[in-house]
Amino acid sequence: MAEPKARLLIVDDNRVNRLLLSRSVELLGYEAAVAENGRAAMEMLGKGSYDLMLLDIEMPVMDGFEVLEAISRAPSLQDMPVIVTSSVEGVENVVRCIDLGAEDYLPKPVNPVLLRARLNSSLEKKRLRDEQKTMLRRFATSEVVQDMQESGFKLGGRRVHASILFCDIRGFTTISEQQSPEDTIELLNIYYTLMFEAIDQHGGIVTLMIGDGLMVLFGAPQPLDNPAASAVAAAQDMQAIITQFNLEQNAFQKPELRLGIGIATGEVVAGFAGTQQRATYTCIGDKVNLASRLEGHTKKASQPILVDAATRAAVGDNLSCKPLGDVKFDGISGPVAVFAVMQE
Amino acid sequence: MTDNAINKAVYDELKEAAGAEFVVELVTAFLEEAPGMFEEINTALAAADADGFRRAAHSLKSNAQVFGADALATQARALELMETAQTTPEVQGLVAQLEAEFKRTADALKGLQNG
Repeated sequence: MAEPKARLLIVDDNRVNRLLLSRSVELLGYEAAVAENGRAAMEMLGKGSYDLMLLDIEMPVMDGFEVLEAISRAPSLQDMPVIVTSSVEGVENVVRCIDLGAEDYLPKPVNPVLLRARLNSSLEKKRLRDEQKTMLRRFATSEVVQDMQESGFKLGGRRVHASILFCDIRGFTTISEQQSPEDTIELLNIYYTLMFEAIDQHGGIVTLMIGDGLMVLFGAPQPLDNPAASAVAAAQDMQAIITQFNLEQNAFQKPELRLGIGIATGEVVAGFAGTQQRATYTCIGDKVNLASRLEGHTKKASQPILVDAATRAAVGDNLSCKPLGDVKFDGISGPVAVFAVMQE
Repeated sequence: MTDNAINKAVYDELKEAAGAEFVVELVTAFLEEAPGMFEEINTALAAADADGFRRAAHSLKSNAQVFGADALATQARALELMETAQTTPEVQGLVAQLEAEFKRTADALKGLQNG
């Protein structure tokens, strides 16, 4: 099957140049759209998507330099390569284009052989970048991908106010012993799909998946108004979704799932940890420990959702909670006030 | 006379790359657009609009290069690099010269298509 044609946007105020460039790229097997000046081009970029831009510099209304600046400010346009095609005078102007983010510079009149080579190479590079991004999306959330694109990949963390949520399937080992590994993987995949949906909806990002366990961060890398409220709302949705799912499981005489969720709120250090080759976005701090302990405690307390005092306070009175008193956890100094979130 | 208005090697290369029929279309577009560029040159000159003057001269140069109109391109480039748009006798002389060269180029392009 033939790959879809790459769509190019040609921006030039001169009709002869537009005609010639369109003809040239069409002869190379690409699709061409044209804009008469920078402003028209930016409008077209707002409405449709293009794989590459061929940009003239000298134009009325909005010139090529201004277009390059506007593109550099628009996160959604970062991946579109721009090749400047111009007969603008002076090396300093060419340098300025490259400085402003142009991928390449082709002097006019454009040599067809050179054009083909540059287009091939730029589009191939774009294809690889798109592929990488898709891969990255599969393993990281779009928030982490965006954070990485904005500030670059850098090992090391920063202090943020966040909520940590741990979630685990109660008695999962027993369930997996009762059915085939294939069924277990399928069950896990359904479980993850359902959980991720509830988590995404409330702005959380999954930083860890181990077996049937999830660690979710609310408030980083993108800040949230009230991370604790988002985390609790996500936990309630997760439980509600599982209740719904269990009705189906019952109907097919399949095992029910029971979730334990623990949430703690406070200052954590979030960022990329690992090596230059392999790293993960994660967070560390006492609160991470505490959230994990609270999740572990759900079984003993026979409560689906447990939170700490900071989460309880941040969510406010709208949340119906039952204080369970102080609990002493391993690895945490001093007793911790624990609250059970009542399901609506 | 018309022979040296157009660099035949450049013109033939264009024909080879884009197709003879398309070049007819392209020449037609150029001959339609060029008077507008001269109008811009003169308007910019009258208004001492250096940017507009440079842009119009640049446009003309750029198109002249497409067809291998070397003399026209060289003359337009000289105006493009002037940095000012002042109605001095010298500049007016250059613009008049450019218009004459354009007529020569236009005739040569038409001749190439008929021939």
